[in-house]
Amino acid sequence: MKTFLILGGGTGGTMVANKMSHHLDPAEWKIIVVDENENHYYQPGFLFIPFGIYSPADVVKPKRDFYPQNVEFVLSKIEMIEPDQNRVKLEKGKRTITYDTLVIATGSRIAPGETPGLLDNGWHKNVFDFYTIEGATALSRFLKFWKGGRLVLNVAEMPIKCPVAPLEFLFLADWFFHERGIRDDVEIIFATPLPGAFTKPRASSILGDMLEGKNIKIEADFNIMEVDHTQKAIRSYDEREIPFDLLVSIPTNMGSEVIERSGMGDELSFVPTDKHTLRSKKWENVWVIGDAGNTPTSKAGSVAHFMLDVIVENILRQMEGLEPLAKFDGHANCFIESGFDKGILIDFNYDVEPLPGKYPLPGFGPFSLLKESAANHWGKMTFRWVYWNMLLKGEEMPFESQMSMAGKWK
Amino acid sequence: MTNPILENVEFDDDGFMIDPNAWTAEIGEAIAAREELPLTDRHWVVINFARQEFDANDEAPTLRRITKTTDVDTKELYKLFPGGPAKKAAMVAGLGKPTGCI
Ligand SMILES: Cc1cc2nc3c(=O)[nH]c(=O)nc-3n(C[C@H](O)[C@H](O)[C@H](O)COP(=O)(O)OP(=O)(O)OC[C@H]3O[C@@H](n4cnc5c(N)ncnc54)[C@H](O)[C@@H]3O)c2cc1C
Repeated sequence: MKTFLILGGGTGGTMVANKMSHHLDPAEWKIIVVDENENHYYQPGFLFIPFGIYSPADVVKPKRDFYPQNVEFVLSKIEMIEPDQNRVKLEKGKRTITYDTLVIATGSRIAPGETPGLLDNGWHKNVFDFYTIEGATALSRFLKFWKGGRLVLNVAEMPIKCPVAPLEFLFLADWFFHERGIRDDVEIIFATPLPGAFTKPRASSILGDMLEGKNIKIEADFNIMEVDHTQKAIRSYDEREIPFDLLVSIPTNMGSEVIERSGMGDELSFVPTDKHTLRSKKWENVWVIGDAGNTPTSKAGSVAHFMLDVIVENILRQMEGLEPLAKFDGHANCFIESGFDKGILIDFNYDVEPLPGKYPLPGFGPFSLLKESAANHWGKMTFRWVYWNMLLKGEEMPFESQMSMAGKWK
Repeated sequence: MTNPILENVEFDDDGFMIDPNAWTAEIGEAIAAREELPLTDRHWVVINFARQEFDANDEAPTLRRITKTTDVDTKELYKLFPGGPAKKAAMVAGLGKPTGCI
């Protein structure tokens, strides 16, 4: 009996388990998924919790509901990966699992401890994250009774997962304070290490104009050095200081601690991964899906989904003694919620930046690229249903894994 | 007045060398002089590391990689290369403009 081991049973791990269970003969292969958390969080929903649009209960379901029957789910912390010995050590029962094929899907996490002062007295009092259920919920309680002041949103360091989420937060904050009738009492500042609103030039200029139109000020090239709780200010390495009443932080994002403990990561604990085959650069029977790898594309659920077909095909090829195909093109697409029941959609890959146009049907859409529309907002809100009911099952979606230029304007 | 050493070196619009393999330490000195940045031994720790990384991985190192691997910390990096160490260090080391991120 051979073992197909999946570490991390979140978005990527669940999809791989579902897809592989169709392909592997249960008489020959045993599929095991290990995760330390019983709950599957719909992370894109975290964005809506601070504004009371979703409640915590709207974004959580038991992980077990999403694994197929013939998969063994082990609820345990992963203590150590020993890829030279093809084995993994778990905390629970000190169990050791020897594998034939390993898929790493341990995702990324926030590491607020990387920024001096961030975790001091104000953490979850007037300094919040919204990348965790705890942070998003604490922030929703704070915002409910906030009377206004200076809101500073800071991105500590790139890369972060879902790089559009900070922009969406800003757009929604603008809408939320309008609805509450206190927009004039809130100053909104976006302090980012990037030279502008976003990472890619075309999108950055369009999104930058939108921020300006909503009276949100950008403090660009801001590399945070420390949070000062007594002065209620953040400071950058080039000695700029921004005072705040409310600080919303996207802390440094890093791979799982087990990657670091196992000596398998880069300086941010992401696993060096071949960006076209999705195989570990170092170990032939180790594969990486989703946020856990260092592939230079967005860390997003949609990306993990586009990776799925490529990784599964390559693993199956390897089982037949064939070389992997270099097919992954970095395809990403993200709905950007822009407030007032509108949204934007961007679609891009390693080589082509987000462009305007229609998606997925050239000329028709229904979604507009790089442009605000009500349909895009509807797409974003429907994504939750799509996520639970289609994406996690690894089902076919009406989008191709490889990006297409059809319907786009250069 | 351009430094004669730089006369036969190709640059992009932002002042980054187009061919990183054509870089020499003298060219590095000359670029730094053009940027009005006097180089010290500490600068060279960063520049040499950046070159070494580029030779090994075909990529300029991130700031985090520099500070994790050398004894130069982030604060010092900003002092050494005012106006954005990622960009400035890559420029003097003859590497392309950092793509930043995704
Ligand atoms: C606020 C926010 C908004 C977002 N919006 C969008 C969006 O609009 N569209 C989109 O496509 N994506 C969005 N994303 C990103 C998306 O949620 C992630 O990219 C996706 O979930 C990544 O999947 P993954 O499988 O790589 O990691 P995850 O789904 O995070 O799974 C990792 C799993 O590994 C487990 N694990 C890690 N270490 C260990 C260990 N040592 N032992 C045991 N278990 C371990 C964790 O418990 C977790 O279950 C958003 C994310 C956030 C935070």
